[in-house]
Amino acid sequence: MAFELNGKTYETDEEGYLADLSDWNNDVAGYMAKEDDCDLSEYHWEVINFLREYYDEYQIAPAVRVLTKAIGKKLGKDKGNSKYLYELFPYGPAKQACKYAGLPKPTGCV
Amino acid sequence: MSQTRKFMYINRHAPYGTVYALEGLEVVLIGAAFEQDVCMAFIGDGVFQLKQGQDTTDSGMKNFSPAYRALGDYEVNRLYVERESLEERGLTEADLMPLTWEDEEDDWAEKPSIQLVSRAQLSGLLEEQDVIFNF
Amino acid sequence: MLHTVNKSPFDSQSLKTCLGLARSGSDILLIEDGVYGALVGTAHAAMLDQALKEVSIYALGPDLKARGLPEDRLIRGIKVVGFDGFVELASANDKVQSWL
Repeated sequence: MAFELNGKTYETDEEGYLADLSDWNNDVAGYMAKEDDCDLSEYHWEVINFLREYYDEYQIAPAVRVLTKAIGKKLGKDKGNSKYLYELFPYGPAKQACKYAGLPKPTGCV
Repeated sequence: MSQTRKFMYINRHAPYGTVYALEGLEVVLIGAAFEQDVCMAFIGDGVFQLKQGQDTTDSGMKNFSPAYRALGDYEVNRLYVERESLEERGLTEADLMPLTWEDEEDDWAEKPSIQLVSRAQLSGLLEEQDVIFNF
Repeated sequence: MLHTVNKSPFDSQSLKTCLGLARSGSDILLIEDGVYGALVGTAHAAMLDQALKEVSIYALGPDLKARGLPEDRLIRGIKVVGFDGFVELASANDKVQSWL
């Protein structure tokens, strides 16, 4: 699968995850979110940027449980809980946010 | 939820040459969702998985060694490395990546995950497990 | 003849078999997990030291680097080559024997 944006073609897998991590940019995230009827706020971006940093350091996309705990530590307890993260990413915080962040589907997502 | 069982993942293969190491690591990360009492054992060439300084930029493979540093986040806090296997390979503990986990009960103190054990100790640990996976 | 070995000597007999059969003057190239055989201070190091009196032993640099094995940890006398060196060795020898 693929989509076109600003004259460039982006390859994705059958679930819409970017095939090549290095293709990612802010517009790609915005486009993917729009397809899901989601407008990215600064709070979405906090999580997306966090995930990109996590991947950069560990080369894996974290499972939702790991993400929740790590967000709590980094951004505060009020954000490190599944209620907050599910409100931002109703399709599943790890899955949906990883997609917008250009990462593969999270490892440990059962 | 049934009571917690003791799971051990045994790693006996070097990274990159075969797919065992990467597959094993992925199963550990996925399995962590089941919240069992998980540990890993590195025996034989498996100790090479933890070698410091892996850099695949010239060989076109994915360097998955940074993912071992995430194991602590997945509450996989005990990585037993067989001392005899290290010695046969001319390695010491200083050759291994420094892996840590944060103890929530102890004000997030960073504690080492890698424990060097003798073959005899490892033999005892094997006996204690409920389930053993091999990679 | 050029011999290549791609298995760890701790996990397979390939290197031992290769060293036993390689004629004096042969080139031996360690690739993939075979590069673990180049490490100094291992249980197999004496076997390689002995072999180096008769044959030339090389290890593929990118495979060493991937596995975190720096040159200063290799047995003295083993030469590190890149992919270009691999090609040169293959073309300089009339035959290539891969010990799989």
